Amino acid sequence: MVLNVEPSCKTCTCHEEVDLSHVEKILAKYNNDRAELLSILEEVQADYGYLPQNALRMVAERTGSSMVDVFGVATFYRAFNLKPRGKHCISVCMGTACHVKGAPNVVKEFERQLGISVGETTPDNEFTLETVNCLGASALGPIVMVDGHYFSHVTPAKVKWLLSMVRAGLDKVDVKTDSRIIHLDVLCPHCNQSLMDSVHPIDGCPSIHTTITFNGVSGHARLSSLYGSYSIQSEPDAPVGTTVDFFCPSCNKKLTTTSRCPECGELMALMRVSGGGVVQICTQRGCKGHILDLSEIDI
Amino acid sequence: MVNFVLNGLPVSVEKGSTILEAAQFYGFPIPTLCHMEGLSPYGACRLCVVEIGEGPRAKLVTSCTYPVEEGLKVRTASERVIKARRMVIELLLASCPQSKTIQDLASAHGVRQQRFRQEYEDCILCGRCIRMCKEQMMAKAIGFRGRGEGRSIGTPFDMKSEQCRQCGGCIYVCPACQLRCTYTEPEKAVCGGCANLTPPCVEKDSFDDMMCYMNPCVACEIKKDL
Repeated sequence: MVLNVEPSCKTCTCHEEVDLSHVEKILAKYNNDRAELLSILEEVQADYGYLPQNALRMVAERTGSSMVDVFGVATFYRAFNLKPRGKHCISVCMGTACHVKGAPNVVKEFERQLGISVGETTPDNEFTLETVNCLGASALGPIVMVDGHYFSHVTPAKVKWLLSMVRAGLDKVDVKTDSRIIHLDVLCPHCNQSLMDSVHPIDGCPSIHTTITFNGVSGHARLSSLYGSYSIQSEPDAPVGTTVDFFCPSCNKKLTTTSRCPECGELMALMRVSGGGVVQICTQRGCKGHILDLSEIDI
Repeated sequence: MVNFVLNGLPVSVEKGSTILEAAQFYGFPIPTLCHMEGLSPYGACRLCVVEIGEGPRAKLVTSCTYPVEEGLKVRTASERVIKARRMVIELLLASCPQSKTIQDLASAHGVRQQRFRQEYEDCILCGRCIRMCKEQMMAKAIGFRGRGEGRSIGTPFDMKSEQCRQCGGCIYVCPACQLRCTYTEPEKAVCGGCANLTPPCVEKDSFDDMMCYMNPCVACEIKKDL
């Protein structure tokens, strides 16, 4: 049972040449500490998209643990993959609520459309199909998550449309039809004057008008008011990486607060959202860090 | 020394020993599959359950992993324990009916049928071979892989292991695959041949070199005399 195992190299990736320099870096970061095994494997997976066999061997060797222990951990957690994954990962929720609402049929339709079964990757390495136990939005079931984007009330009839959406690229935002887009009306937190500028629309919606200074220069900036859109028109244009001070054009008070950007650690500029809540954006040009807090209002 | 009550008998054993060790020392048999002297306790097979405590607070624990405590009250064969054990045997039979060890256990505990969907596995995932490989052979060639119903034992990536010295220790200690019960009809989970005292056992050639839980076995004795 145990001893007479033939290497099954048809399916595994043992002959694949993988550049291990990233693993080396990750291991050095964690000091080759075996207590950090999960973090190490998570980072390796994030870098390579899966856990290559020789990467696992290297992790085992450096952390001083045995290969079976590392392999046991890597196969125990659903988050780890031992085979390369497709460019897009489709997770169909098979939790109880989604299941009774027809998720199995959705899975079947995905399998039919893609020609693969659950857990497999299409031969062109475009799609990986998997089922998950709950995506935390059971009221909207059946839920399908593709590359971090949620799709609710998915029916087998919607699968084809969904796949074409994914092929076209989910990060492209179609302002008119995309239901994920919300539009924010913002006010100055000091004088409560609206910052919206309907004369110069961006993305088809009124823009947010502020005055800016950076590196001793001052000017105007118009930001898109669509949450999730990072379109900006600035005069003069601030180079990427510079920290910009935002001011209210009405009361000339600084919008910058003391809170720090979760992405880059730079200071944030705060604006009030009309109806309640606040939105904070990072003051560093090029950083997409932002915090939206709408806890005071019902959307 | 720790003093406690074992099946109503006040006993004392060395601190740190488990209930299973104490019971075996005092001659109360507790069946077990995953426990083995020289290997660390694991508590996987659940066969060695015993009842501890009293009244509504009584609970079932695996005796192989439970260290004795001062004043502990242990029952190794109460009705609840027997019931739980028989259920465990039924479940083991449902997954591994061809293991001679499990068939013998079923016979010894009067389990005559199992009520679950029949499977024909080779492994009960007791982890004995893994502990043997790791603790006695210092090889760490095999381990658990996956989880849930996909859990299995083997080498990483199913490849020939560099650590394995082909010592065969894993097979030697395996309670499920070392002896096969050859009498088992596929559709019938419980063989019952050993428990059957009437002569069919004598007539069956397949029982020639089989180990039998009955020692001495009436049927074998008859056969010898023939």
